[in-house]
Amino acid sequence: MRIVVDLSRCEGYAQCAFLAPDAFRMHGEEALMYDPSPDDARRDQVLRAAAACPVQAILVDQLEGRDAPVEASPS
Amino acid sequence: MTSADNLQAFKRDGRIVIVGASLAGLRAAEALRGEGFTGSLTMIGDELGEPYDRPPLSKQVLTGWVSAGDTTLPRRRDVNAEWLLGVPATGLDLATNIVRLADGREIPFDRVLISTGVRARPWFVESEAALDGVFVVRTREHAEGLQRALAAGPSRVLVIGAGFTGSEIASICRERDIPLTVAELAPAPLVGALGAMIGEVAADMQRAHGVDLRCGVKVTQLEGDAQGHFRRAHFDDGSTIDADVAVVALGGIRNTEWLRGSGLAAGVWGIACDTGCRALTLNGLITDDIFVAGDVARCPNPIYEYRLISLEHWANAVEQAEVAAHNMVSGQADRWPHLSIPLFWSIQFGVNIKSVGVPTFADEVAVTQGSVSDHRFVAAYGYRGRVTAAVSFNNAKWLDHYRNLIETAAPFPPPCPTPDQPADMKPVPVDFPGPTLLAQGATVVVTGHDPGERRVTAAQYHR
Ligand SMILES: Cc1cc2nc3c(=O)[nH]c(=O)nc-3n(C[C@H](O)[C@H](O)[C@H](O)COP(=O)(O)OP(=O)(O)OC[C@H]3O[C@@H](n4cnc5c(N)ncnc54)[C@H](O)[C@@H]3O)c2cc1C
Ligand code: SF4
Repeated sequence: MRIVVDLSRCEGYAQCAFLAPDAFRMHGEEALMYDPSPDDARRDQVLRAAAACPVQAILVDQLEGRDAPVEASPS
Repeated sequence: MTSADNLQAFKRDGRIVIVGASLAGLRAAEALRGEGFTGSLTMIGDELGEPYDRPPLSKQVLTGWVSAGDTTLPRRRDVNAEWLLGVPATGLDLATNIVRLADGREIPFDRVLISTGVRARPWFVESEAALDGVFVVRTREHAEGLQRALAAGPSRVLVIGAGFTGSEIASICRERDIPLTVAELAPAPLVGALGAMIGEVAADMQRAHGVDLRCGVKVTQLEGDAQGHFRRAHFDDGSTIDADVAVVALGGIRNTEWLRGSGLAAGVWGIACDTGCRALTLNGLITDDIFVAGDVARCPNPIYEYRLISLEHWANAVEQAEVAAHNMVSGQADRWPHLSIPLFWSIQFGVNIKSVGVPTFADEVAVTQGSVSDHRFVAAYGYRGRVTAAVSFNNAKWLDHYRNLIETAAPFPPPCPTPDQPADMKPVPVDFPGPTLLAQGATVVVTGHDPGERRVTAAQYHR
């Protein structure tokens, strides 16, 4: 799965790191580091973390499985 | 047919082309579909693969935690677009509404969004830039290459340029325990973005983490061995340094060359547009069908006296993409302005650095909370007696308060919002370097000239 965190909104409350420690980690006192493509097996954890984020900074892929294939240019 | 009918027909069957398929381009495509645009959507990008996120490249990826290929951006919905990837656009014709591609194809459009962003400024001597072991960091390929070089355990890394990207890379090298020299032309790191006082704090942080920081020096030459591998760098003070990796972090160059001759107001600072993200022509006229978003846009903001501002900020790219997309499919009365206050973050040496507002739009700066020596504080920036920006080091939750001060043009220096007032709140001059240095490290540049300067330059356009 894919995620992105809007770190300009994130206030470093660490709820996500508590709920899904494989995907989110605190770096120092308040900086968040995350894995942008956590294992699919962690999906439930990550969804729970996204829902718990007080500033809704975590965006999770809405497309199930492999999404829209990208065609490379034939050139 | 009324203009409302026209708009409905356009939303149903129109043709939209997005040039630049990265963060701003993808977010705009999603927003267009979200706004009910069902016509044809074409995404043109010179990089191969799906749009990916860049901030993790100089953070998670270089530590080795996340691989460069794993930063693909999530999708909020299927954008149902035709993707023309791996081929750059080379021209835009406003008379015929056509985008030209490098392979000779011509793509017609009714409306176009330009989001071609910025590329890394390469080392100025081509043969030296081509040496093995010399890197820039803008794309996932760059980050992957540098990650591999760092994992190989270099004897020393040289980072040239201590703006945000250079400083983040320096931080990671120290985290990986790699000996490191940072060379910066300005008197301190981050000076172009945050001024001299905060630059001192950044210098302190680097030295405390064992960085061999050299400021006020210029790297003049990168020297390779017989196998073409980088080995040594020469400085303008005559000294040299032995290293086997050099990272050139001298800022970005806006991707506007392909618009030369198009008649748009496009140049080194980006493409001028109005607050609705509509591009301006060289004569200052607003176009109807050409929109701009992200790092390549140069936008006025009333809070900053309507001066044109170029930003290299993630949140700005997302917001402008949404405004541009909305306006592309909306009638005159329903258009949105992009009037938000800039936000930026960086993570280095375990410290969360965030800013709100435009720190380069300031004449004074003052620490308003916390303590500089603990690397935990907020500093406010002021311009002619009002608050225009704030920067926090490990104190981000206060930034909303400062955003409010900026929005209400609160007097500078503002009082400390908590009882624990810092010992020294006295404002000092902000002290930014001149425009040549700003071009290399700042992630916000105020590009409209100050009306107080009383100067004007006319540009002429000959077809
Ligand atoms: C290493 C790194 C770290 C960063 N860290 C932070 C951070 O911590 N905080 C923050 O706020 N911001 C950060 N940023 C900035 C943020 O990534 C940018 O603001 C954002 O990527 C801008 O998105 P964009 O879509 O406007 O432009 P870009 O991401 O530059 O995308 C432009 C795309 O257009 C393509 N293109 C260019 N010319 C053409 C052409 N002629 N035809 C077709 N395609 C073309 C480019 O190849 C590219 O894919 C960082 C950037 C980098 C590189
Ligand atoms: S829960 Fe949200 S605000 Fe808190 S650290 Fe995670 S992303 Fe940031």
